[in-house]
Amino acid sequence: MSDISQQLTEQISDARASGTALAIVGRNSKTFYGRGIVGDALHVGEHRGIVDYQPAELVLTVRAGTPLEEIEQTLDEQGQRLAFDPPHFRGASIGGTLACNQSGPSRPWMGSVRDMVLGLRLINGKGEHLRFGGQVMKNVAGYDVSRLQAGAMGCLGVITEISFKVLPGPAASHTVILGGEDPGAAVSIMNRLSARPLPLTGACWLAERGVGRLYLRFEGARNAVHSAVEQLQQEFPESESMRADDNFWHRLREHELDFFDTEETLWRFSVGAARDLLPDVPEDEWLIDWGGAQRWLRGSAYSLDELNASLPVGAGEVSAFRRGDREGEVFPELAAPVKALHTRLKEAFDPDRLLNRGRLYSWL
Amino acid sequence: MSTQPTTPVGTGSDRARLAALFREFIDPEYVIEDRETQRVYECDGLSMYCEEPMLVVLPDTIDQAQRVMKICHQYGVPVVARGAGTGLCAGAMPHPDGVVLSMAKFTRILDIDPVARTARLEPGVRNLSISEAAAPFGLYYAPDPSSQIACTIGGNVAENSGGVHCLKYGLTVHNVLRIEILTVEGERVTIGSEALDSAGFDLLALLNGSEGLLGITTEVTVKLLPAPEKAQVVMAAFDSVEDAGNAVSAVISNGIIPGGLEMMDSVAISAAEDFCQAGYPKEANALLLCELDGSVAEVEEQIDTVDRLFRQLKATSTRVSASEAERLLMWKGRKAAFPAVGRVSPDYYCMDGTIPRSQLAHVLVEIEKMSRHYGLRVANVFHAGDGNLHPLILFDANVPGEFEKSEEFGGKILELCVAVGGCITGEHGVGVEKIRQMAVQFDDRELKQFHAVKAAFDPGGTLNPGKGVPMLKHCQEYRSLNPDLEPNDQPVVSNAHDRPAARSSHQAGRP
Repeated sequence: MSDISQQLTEQISDARASGTALAIVGRNSKTFYGRGIVGDALHVGEHRGIVDYQPAELVLTVRAGTPLEEIEQTLDEQGQRLAFDPPHFRGASIGGTLACNQSGPSRPWMGSVRDMVLGLRLINGKGEHLRFGGQVMKNVAGYDVSRLQAGAMGCLGVITEISFKVLPGPAASHTVILGGEDPGAAVSIMNRLSARPLPLTGACWLAERGVGRLYLRFEGARNAVHSAVEQLQQEFPESESMRADDNFWHRLREHELDFFDTEETLWRFSVGAARDLLPDVPEDEWLIDWGGAQRWLRGSAYSLDELNASLPVGAGEVSAFRRGDREGEVFPELAAPVKALHTRLKEAFDPDRLLNRGRLYSWL
Repeated sequence: MSTQPTTPVGTGSDRARLAALFREFIDPEYVIEDRETQRVYECDGLSMYCEEPMLVVLPDTIDQAQRVMKICHQYGVPVVARGAGTGLCAGAMPHPDGVVLSMAKFTRILDIDPVARTARLEPGVRNLSISEAAAPFGLYYAPDPSSQIACTIGGNVAENSGGVHCLKYGLTVHNVLRIEILTVEGERVTIGSEALDSAGFDLLALLNGSEGLLGITTEVTVKLLPAPEKAQVVMAAFDSVEDAGNAVSAVISNGIIPGGLEMMDSVAISAAEDFCQAGYPKEANALLLCELDGSVAEVEEQIDTVDRLFRQLKATSTRVSASEAERLLMWKGRKAAFPAVGRVSPDYYCMDGTIPRSQLAHVLVEIEKMSRHYGLRVANVFHAGDGNLHPLILFDANVPGEFEKSEEFGGKILELCVAVGGCITGEHGVGVEKIRQMAVQFDDRELKQFHAVKAAFDPGGTLNPGKGVPMLKHCQEYRSLNPDLEPNDQPVVSNAHDRPAARSSHQAGRP
């Protein structure tokens, strides 16, 4: 429960004076993610604790090193939650969750970690501890530097404190499973259901023992969930309800399902939810989440550039989430003007390229 | 990609030269030089701030807009992009030596994809027309600023517009998937995709709310949501704003996120009721409108809960809308609150601070004290769900000095919002209007960081100059006039002008 921001600021200033590259280390839950980098470790995990929590305001302010577990426990006591339902990957901190832009299965319907950020404090590469955004729901004063940190992988500064919008937990939750659907049909059902006013908060397809299964979760007010499930059962008489003690969504979020138990490279497709699947890929190499908008593919024979080239322009992109070559690029190539903007923004926040140099892109 | 401009262009004969260049590829009628035709472009919805531009151009195609940008970049001419001009912070006020680039002719809805639930839009598409086009598919576009009949999606992106449904459905930034921009150099760049996220820095977040300082929006792809099956309103009257505030907290503490949750004070209630006979209890000191939306089952359950909570928490009366017509009538009063106030005062000045909801009673008491001090009446409407306060200061522009007094009063309200943990603007933007108060919310190092972000996109500083982020030397001056404010760092010297003096006008601020 300590504030070590002064110490972190000094460490960055010292590194600047000596020209030493720094590798930001939180709680070590996502070392697999991004590119492998070299640099002196800057430990932020001890900068932790809940700074302020006002349940009636729906606002939580926490230090970046605070474990998700601690936050969720605090929120749970008030019947609230982080609506973006982030993966813990064994001990994740809230700061790392934002820096890596990690959100769970409910993301398309409930919003992402980036969507819920209201404001933050950040130490830039010049050792300046700055505050952006606020602790209120709406704030359009100045550029949105807070949300800019989502997915920046620490390359623009060390996040020290974050304010989030939190939401009430659902009164009821019920998952319906449709068996036997192929992935193309599943994507079509997911999109059709997403276009209806149903309290959908999860839609995932995968092959279990060779058979396609589509999991559909409904959460919210009791009556709403009840009537949605009834509708589904009428439309799909063969559907079954998931057992209340089945922790499928938890295992999906944490990559603990059998699908993820592999030594092969895990590719993440972030694509338009209604897009067709790639042809020529065996069906059971896919896991389709986020109602079609996030798809996982297993396989070490693919290359980053080839997978990205296989997508229609504007449809989305592919990154190497786990394993594969972590020395090469793991995120898709940026268009030249976008790349130039990245270089200039890095310069604007971290002119000496001290912070997480190369973690996002080799040239950044 | 950034070549620095070489030959500066001023006014006078330069205007004619630049106009001639534009007329080579733009319909000459839409390269506007004469003062009379330019008049409609001299301000946005905050008509107290006016400026005459050097030129106004209305291109027909993105290629033409691109050529305008390239020419302006070559000669270092400032460019101010403009949508419908409904903004409320003078963000679209012209630059005296610059070009107003009107995107008004880009009004096509390029595509509605009912399966992927997206709409691809030109920047001049009106906010409301997106939902109208999506309605046949059972879909709609969620952000609904009060000006939605007129305001455009390009302007919504520039201001990160909100509306009465923000708490549940988010701001523009939460509902935009992809933006195409023209950079200051005139390069076409796509940010985002059909996907929910992209690798790299979140430039989409940076562009939303950037007030035309980072790029010119030429196309927007937004998310569409399924229209709720049902919406119903509970209206409740209270003897004090404090009681009403407690009732709002109770709704949220009970795990209910209303689609809309609005509060009005007694001045606003009376004005709105006289204006549109919505059935508001005029004797009430505070009125809440709480809309629940979702499936039929969900709404029925929550309406009962909210109605019961309000009655338990000192509501003097409650009423649940019994029909769609009644629901719309209840909203009509709230949505017409600004023009309604316009009937009881020659002019009004609309503020836009946000506060933690728990501070509401305190802030309203302080505003009341200031109201007496300045001798100016105030009506308060409040997006109670998300803490966004809109005090309307009533004044008469024909009385010398009264606008200046209103402006000072407004500035004090914004400072109060910051002091209680809120901020100076929730949805209207900074523009010219609130640029001085930026020095209250941010210190010099933070403002310098904003300038560095700006320079990454616009090194020459020709995109909407003088808006959004103040020059540091002006902050120093402002803070020194207000000794209560925090001391700051060393100023950075700059000779750019920040903020032209406001001119009083007979036009009222429009919502």
